[in-house]
Formats: sequence, C-alpha cells, structure tokens
Amino acid sequence: MSDGNATDLDALHRAALAAIAAAGDLTALDSVRVEYLGKQGRLTAQLKSLGTLPKTERPAAGQAINRVKAELQAAVEARKAELEQAGLTARLATERIDVTLPGRGQRIGAAHPVTRTLERIDQLFANAGFSVEEGPEVEDDYHNFEALNIPAHHPARAMHDTFYFPDGRLLRTHTSPVQIRVMEHREPPFRVIAPGRVYRCDSDLTHTPMFHQVEGFLVDEQATFADLKGVLYDFLRNFFEDDALKLRFRPSYFPFTEPSAEVDVQCVKCGGSGCRVCKQSGWLEVLGCGMIHPAVLGHVDIDAERWLGYAFGMGVERLAMLRYGIDDIRLYFENDLRFLRQFA
Amino acid sequence: MRFSEAWLREWVDPPLDTQALADQLSLSGLEVDALEPAAPAFSGVVVGHVQAVEPHPDAAKLRVCQVDTGDGELLGIVCGAANVAAGQRVPVATVGARLPRDFKIKRAKLRGVESHGMICSAAELGLAESAEGIMVLPGDAPVGEDLRAWMALDDQCIELDLTPDRADCLSVAGVARDVGVLNRVDVRAPRMAPVPPAIDAAVPVELTAPSACPRYLCRVVRGVDLRAPTSLWMQERLRRSGLRPLGIAVDVTNYVLLELGQPMHAFDLARVDGGITVRLARDGETLALLNGETATLRADTLVIADRAKALALAGIMGGADSSVGPGTCDILLESAFFAPAAIAGKARSYGLHTDSSHRFERGVDPTGCARAMERATALLLAAGGGEPGPVVAAAAADQLPEPPAIALRRRRIEQVLGLGFEDAAVTDILGRLGMQLTATDDGWQAVPPASRFDIQLEVDVIAELGRVHGYDRIPVTHARSAAVTRAPLEMAYDPARSRRLLLDRGWFEAVTYSFVSPELMRLVDPDQTPLALANPLSAELSVMRTSLWPGLLQALRQNLARQQSRVRLFEAGLRFRPDGEDLHQEPMLAGAAVGPVLPEQWGAPGRETDFFDVKADVEALLAVAGCAEAVRFEHAEHPALHPGQCARLERNGDALGWVGAIHPSLAAQLDLPATVQLFELATAGLGGGPRPAFDALSKFPSIRRDLAIVVDANVTFETLRHVVQAAAGDLLREVVLFDVYVGEKVDSSRKSMALGLILQDVSQTLTDDDVAAVVKRVLAALRRDTGAELRA
Repeated sequence: MSDGNATDLDALHRAALAAIAAAGDLTALDSVRVEYLGKQGRLTAQLKSLGTLPKTERPAAGQAINRVKAELQAAVEARKAELEQAGLTARLATERIDVTLPGRGQRIGAAHPVTRTLERIDQLFANAGFSVEEGPEVEDDYHNFEALNIPAHHPARAMHDTFYFPDGRLLRTHTSPVQIRVMEHREPPFRVIAPGRVYRCDSDLTHTPMFHQVEGFLVDEQATFADLKGVLYDFLRNFFEDDALKLRFRPSYFPFTEPSAEVDVQCVKCGGSGCRVCKQSGWLEVLGCGMIHPAVLGHVDIDAERWLGYAFGMGVERLAMLRYGIDDIRLYFENDLRFLRQFA
Repeated sequence: MRFSEAWLREWVDPPLDTQALADQLSLSGLEVDALEPAAPAFSGVVVGHVQAVEPHPDAAKLRVCQVDTGDGELLGIVCGAANVAAGQRVPVATVGARLPRDFKIKRAKLRGVESHGMICSAAELGLAESAEGIMVLPGDAPVGEDLRAWMALDDQCIELDLTPDRADCLSVAGVARDVGVLNRVDVRAPRMAPVPPAIDAAVPVELTAPSACPRYLCRVVRGVDLRAPTSLWMQERLRRSGLRPLGIAVDVTNYVLLELGQPMHAFDLARVDGGITVRLARDGETLALLNGETATLRADTLVIADRAKALALAGIMGGADSSVGPGTCDILLESAFFAPAAIAGKARSYGLHTDSSHRFERGVDPTGCARAMERATALLLAAGGGEPGPVVAAAAADQLPEPPAIALRRRRIEQVLGLGFEDAAVTDILGRLGMQLTATDDGWQAVPPASRFDIQLEVDVIAELGRVHGYDRIPVTHARSAAVTRAPLEMAYDPARSRRLLLDRGWFEAVTYSFVSPELMRLVDPDQTPLALANPLSAELSVMRTSLWPGLLQALRQNLARQQSRVRLFEAGLRFRPDGEDLHQEPMLAGAAVGPVLPEQWGAPGRETDFFDVKADVEALLAVAGCAEAVRFEHAEHPALHPGQCARLERNGDALGWVGAIHPSLAAQLDLPATVQLFELATAGLGGGPRPAFDALSKFPSIRRDLAIVVDANVTFETLRHVVQAAAGDLLREVVLFDVYVGEKVDSSRKSMALGLILQDVSQTLTDDDVAAVVKRVLAALRRDTGAELRA
C-alpha cells in the first residue's frame, strides 16, 4: 500500500512539475497551481487520504507529501517569476522610443552680440571691484563737452560729429559724461564703469550713427598710469582669454585725460604677423585711456592735489567684432534673426 | 601732416631705418597713418638731352627726336608729345627700362620709324596724377644721370595723423624736434640768415584787435618774376607733401608752412590801398575769397584790411582781389600770429578749412613769424628775383601768449606715472624738448617753448616725460583701491536677469536705433510729441522714440520679409518722453512676437502666440523682479493695441507698462499680421519687492475643493479671486483656475470658470465641517458680489 502510495506521489510530482513548466502564461500557471495545490487539488487530496493509512506510516507519508508540496510551490513561484520577467521584457520592447527625436517645448532664443559683450565687460570689471552706473543719453553741452575740458570751438569737437536738438541739448557722443555725473554727486574714492549707447552723426561702411561704449574710471588718493596699465592688462587678457596677449600703449590726446594713451592689442586674428583684420600692422586699436585731467576734477570740485584718477573707454561693437569675427558693423542694428541666432 | 623722409632727415638723422622711424613716431604719439614711396618703382630712366626734333615722315602727330643720353651716341626716339623741343632736358626710358605698372620698354617701330626708348611724362613715371606732354627737367640736369638717383626718388612720404594738441608737429621742424628728443640726437636746422632790405618800400601796419592778432609782420618785395618756374627740388618736396605747384609765390609760402609751420600769405602789393589794418569785420561786409566764393562776414571775424576794404580772412584764406596773379610784380608778404581763440571755429562757420586755419586754431609758434619771413624772402628771391624792403613788425607785446612757468615736483612724477626718473633724465628730455629749466627745492621750474600750446600744467610736463621715455616702459602694477565696491541691492531690478529670462523663454534680443521715423512714431504712440533732432542723418532717423515698439515692429517686419515665420524680439533701452521743459529718459523693456508659440516641432500642436503666452512671459519677468504680487493687469486702451486685448500694468497706482495684441488697423498700416503681440515695461518700476521672509511649514495636510461656477462674461478672474480670498479667510492657501468655458453648455452671455480652493490650517487638520463652512461662505460671497451660480 505504502509503496503504491509512494509511486502515486512520485507520478503526481512529475506530472505537476511538467504542467508547471508547460504553463505558458500566468493564468495557465494558476490553473496548474489550483489543480495540484488548491483546496480541491490532487496533492491536497493525498494529504486528506493520510487518515486511511496505518498510524505508523502516517508520519513518513505526511512528510513525503509536504516535501513534494513545498517543491511544487517553489516551482510555481519560480515559473511565475520567469513568466513575469518575460512579460516585462516583451512590454519594454513595445515601449521603445526613438531617443534621437528632438525634445519638445520652448527653445532658447539668443542674446545680441553687443549685449553679450557688454555683459562680459561688466562682469570682468565687477570682478575687479568696479560698480556699474548709467547716465542719460540726451545730454547737455556741459556734461558732454565743457566739464570734460572740451570748450566750444575746441578742435576735439570736430572729432565728435554731434547730433543736436534745437534747444542745444545733444545726444551724448561718448559715455564720458557719466564720469562727471558720478563725480558731481559722490565723494571719492570711487571705481565705476558706465556702459551705454552713444551717438555720432556719421553713417557709412564702418560707422553707424549709434554704437556702444564702456567708460571706466577710478579716483583715489593713489592711482598711477602704471596702475591703469595693470587694470587694462587684466581686462584685455581676460576678455580675449589669452594670458600672454601683448598690449601696446601709444601716447594720444583726449582733452579729459593727461597723459593719454591709445591701447593696441596684438592682432587676435593673426597673432601679430599681419592680416586683413589688422591691416597688416599686427596690432588692433581697442581702447583709449589716461589719467583724469586736473581740469575735469576741478569742474566737479575734487581736489586734484589730493585725488588722482584714471579713465578708459572702449567701443563695444569693435570688441565684439574682434571676439566673434563679425565683419560688418551695420549687421548689429538690422536685427536679422539669422544673425542673432549665432549668439545664443 | 605729410612730408618726405629725406626732408626730415635733412633736419635730423637718427640711426633708424624708415620702418623703425615710423614705428618710433607712432609710439611717441605722432601716429604714422601712411608710409608711401615718393615714386613708384621704375628703372632704366636717365636724363636725356633733346638735340633735334624732326617731323615723323608718316604721322602728323609724331615727332622723331635725337636724344643724347650721355653714352656718346644719339638715340632716335619717336615722341607723340606736343611740347617736346630741341634743347630740353627730359627723362628718357631707355630700351630695357621698366616703368610703373610693369611696363617694359623695348625697341619698337612706330609707323615705320625705329624708336630706341621713350621720353616720359610725369604721369608715366608716377610723379603726377595726369600730365600734359612730357616732363621737362631743369637745364642743369646732368645728361646720362639715372633720374631716380638724381631726383632722389628713393624716398618715402610719411603721413602723420596728428592729435589736435600737437600743432607743433604740423611742420618738418616740429617733427624733427621730437625725433631729436626721442633719439637723443641733435637737430640741424638749415641755415636761414636774415635777408637785408635792398629798398625802403614798406607799408604801415595797424593792429586794432590786438588780442586776436598781437603780432603782424609784412614785407614788400618788388620786381619778382612770377613766371619763373619753381625749382624742381621745391616742387618735389611740395609734391611729396601732397601739394601741387601753383606758382612761386604760393609755392614758397606753402614750403615755409610745411617747413616751419608758419602760415604765410602773399598779397599783390598793387591791390593794397595804403596800409594794412588787422581788424574785426563789419557785420555784413563781403569778401570775395580765393576759392571763388564770396563770404558775408560777421563782426566776430578777424580780417586783414587796407584803408578801404577787407583783403583776407585772417589766418583762414586770402581774398581774390588782392591775390597774386600772372600780372603781379610787387608782393607784400605776411607772417603773423593769430590767437587760437580768435580763429577757432571761424573757418568752419564759413564752411572753410585750410592748412592755415587748421594750424592757427591749434596754435602757431608766436615767436616764429620773423624766421619764417626771412626764410620766405630768401626762397622767393632765389626763385623769382626782386628787391626786398624792410620787415615791418607790429606787435602788442602784452597780448602775446606767454609760456607758463610750471612747477614740476620730483615726487609728483612718480605719483602720476608710477615710475620715478633720474634728475639727469628729466633735464635731458625736457631740455631737448626746448623747455627752460630752473632747479627748485623739490624739482624744477619748466618753461615750455612757445610752440607747445599743449603744455600748461605740471601734468602736461609729466606726460611728456612718460611719452619720451616710452609708455611701454612704464611698469604694469596692481594697486589696491580704497574705493568700496557698490554691489547691487538684493531686491533691486536686475536687467541681466530679465534679459536672460526672456532668452531662455525663446526670445531674441534686438538693438534698434533710438531715433525713428516720425510717421511710424505717430502711428504707434500718437499721444506723444517726440523730441526731434536738429541735424538728423535722414528723415527715417529723425525723432527720439517715445516707445520701443516702432523699432521692434520694423525689425519684426524685416524678419518676416526674410522668410522667418516665427519672430520674437525684445529690446532693453531708453525711451524719451518730453514733458514740458523736462525730458523723461526712461529705461524700458519691450517685446514684439508673432508666429507659432513654439518653434515647429513634432508632437506639439502648432498654435499662434496669443495674449496669454506673452502675458506669461511678462508675469515671469515680474516674478524674477520680485514684484509679481504687487502688479495688476487691468483692461485699458492704447492706440497701438487691440481695445479688447490690451492690459495696462499698474503697481500701487503707478503705470508700469502694457501688454496686448497689436491694433488691427495699425497692423494693416504696417503690413503686419494682426496676431502680433506686444509688451513694454518701465523697468524703473520693477524690483524693490519684499525680501523673502520665511513662513513655517504647516505639519497638517491641505484639502482641495473644486467649484465650477457660472458668471456673466464680463466678470474678471481678478474680481473672482478677490471675492474668494476675502470670503475664505486665513485658511485659503491658493486659488487655482483650472478651466474657463464659453460655449453651448452655458448661456451665451455667461461663462463657466472652474476654481480649485486649497485650504490648510497651521495648527490642526481641517475637518469636513471646517471645509464645508469655508466653501459655503465663498459661494455666498460669489453669489452676492458677482452673481455667480454653481454650475449644474
């Protein structure tokens, strides 16, 4: 009897394992589970029939059935995991996307190259401790000329083709009047840059009637031409991202500075060997500078014996042209998206 | 200022080649603008002597010349020039010569006659722009000599672009002084001995405006042969300075102007009635000028006059009547000093600019008149003969500019330049510059030469030391400054942040001109009268913008014309609004957008940008500026905007700007689509919001209740929000609007709005009863204040 039972159990075990392995999906697997392990299942029936055995055989038979039950349960779980994994794999396959499709939504616009350059200039001088000030663009003669030591009929005025209004006011021809406006209202020492639009009554291939300048100045009890060179070396080398960039300071003339200089950088296009951009000279003129003229300090009641200062001014369009290789100044004010898009 | 290198080297000859000399000039502040050969490259041209001229047997216009070029044989040369004549010395391009533009001279047959070379014109040698006939050389030109060598054509023309302060270098003598200083070599001026008078003839001079003309010298020269040619060497120097020969009187005065910097004038003595008076013009007095025009003078203008009439615009231009001409034989030479203040601006005011006015308004050496007069006399006599009278010199000594005595402190040099100088270096540099130096306790007293009008202050002297020493040899130092760095306030408006926000949200930054066309300005902002320029470049750029929209709309239109279908441009800049006598120059941030809300892409509907898209960008701007809460959008009207799709922005009652769709009629007038959306904000009103203040986070859950209500179409969301906020009280955290419906399912005069109320307490979990009470209050208030009904 017991042999016969054992044989039945083995057969059942084998049949159940085969059915589990054959189950093709979770539903079929569950049917197999119910068939063998459910309340009415065939293995459960074997457990129930234990009572018909002699008492001495019951423990061994019970153990054998429970071992088979545990094995079958494990086999069902394993098969279930297998089927789930296969299902997940199949689903993932159907959910595959083309990751090379472009992302959706808004795209970024683009800055104007002049503003982009202005922001870099502001930032470089902010790092050097300069603060930003602005001034009016419709100026009076006093701030634009007189206080900067450019009296009426001064030959330097001929260099500024000025836009006038009928009442004698004018469009500022440079950002230098901000120097006067700051010095009028504040006590030294100070260290300021003044970016902004300036205007000259001139329009051709290389001039637009409006352009941008950044004026910078410092007034302190100690300030030398050598310090001015230091500030400009730092700025230009940072701006052009070239720690070995060569600079050249040439004596020049501005009524509001003395001594005055024009600053050339080694051509950033050819490195100084001579090219079209530098007109074969190897040098590019990028800014003007000098020590603030005592007469300018006098106009704003700053004692020129105690206080010394330096000032510098640069054309933003020019710097942007050199930095980005723009070759036509008129493009700046056409606002063509095909142009602007290049400065994102 | 243009001059030849050889001329300069006659005065000062430093051991530098041409390029090094030019670089040195540029780096000392005398910028070399151009360096050009005095003559283009050519070779094989010699001085020839025309022995005989015969007509060509077969050509009426050609001649056959027998020319001696010094090698013992006569060359037969066919020449087409009408002015060729036996006895002339001429430039001959011999067989094998290379002329400019790579023109090679070969033996050739011209109409059957063999020609062994070519007799050249000045133009063919590149010595003139054009020429009539061949170039005739002086009779003493050495036959057979290479022309290049004999005329010293291997010379360079140096053109200086001088700054207005350096009038002292508007002469060879002045440049020579600087070159001498820079190289520490001595300057050798040519010998200029005074010319003793040969006759007594003189004209009296009266100075009636001594501050404008404190020194006037004149001299009669009788019997000058004005038909005499200007010598070739003088012609060449003038040519290399960019001047054409105009007869000996003018050539001599031009030569002295270039050499010494002293403008001079030559009058026809026969046209001078009585004496010379230097006076101010009478208002309305007229004067026919050398350039053919007649000037109507003002009383602020200095003239040279005789007893009867004005003869010349002092220091600017001579008169036509008294000018020297072919019939002149007696000359009155003028060499004067006119004060810069008296001349400055005058030439320009008469539409003139001359070499003379250019120098006088910048400052001519007041002590140089006599030397120039002697130099000119000598050159004139050498060229055209004649007998000089005595120099008549009138001066108002007390009105002559006196060079200042400048105290130069040793320590100040280092304070300004950041570089100290040895005493010996100071005295050497300043001495060579022509300054009179006297030692003082702490430095020197320096008196600059009278030609240096630009040296008035101690710092001017220091600048000279720096310049001569070399700016490049001044060290590069990094000083600490006591200046406090003024950082922007935390809650201040940050223009860079706003610009970046717009860039990140798909806008492109434009920069448009601040002046626009008045018509366009009127269309966009008809209520303002813009400020008009007195001297605009064009009508299109003639009034100052009162809004940034005209420029942006123009840029929009141009981009649409260039096949861009989606354009979103913004600009930051000033607008200019006149207000009585005042002018408000206000910083604005403005934008204009048209086309799809998103760039063309897959998987997103292509929808046109509308009011709310742009409003969202404006709200984002307000949010980064920290003032989103404080700004109200209100229905209002603007002439440029659609009356039903236009919001005025206000903050505490102050106007802040506008958002809206373009007015359809404006769009039509500008040929723009009616879907253009615009915004403009006065950025001075942004920023300054409350600093973030921490609020404790509630530990209790929030509860949301959604209400769908129906209200009249004209009830604004803003109104609903206010009513809800007032009624809900402290428990309300947020009101979310999640749907707006207009259509079949509600009455046509009404709309449905779906609001989500988010409620939360800081001290307890809200109960259903708490929430129900709030909802009940809110609904009652909405019903009472807005006529709202719960949607069925």
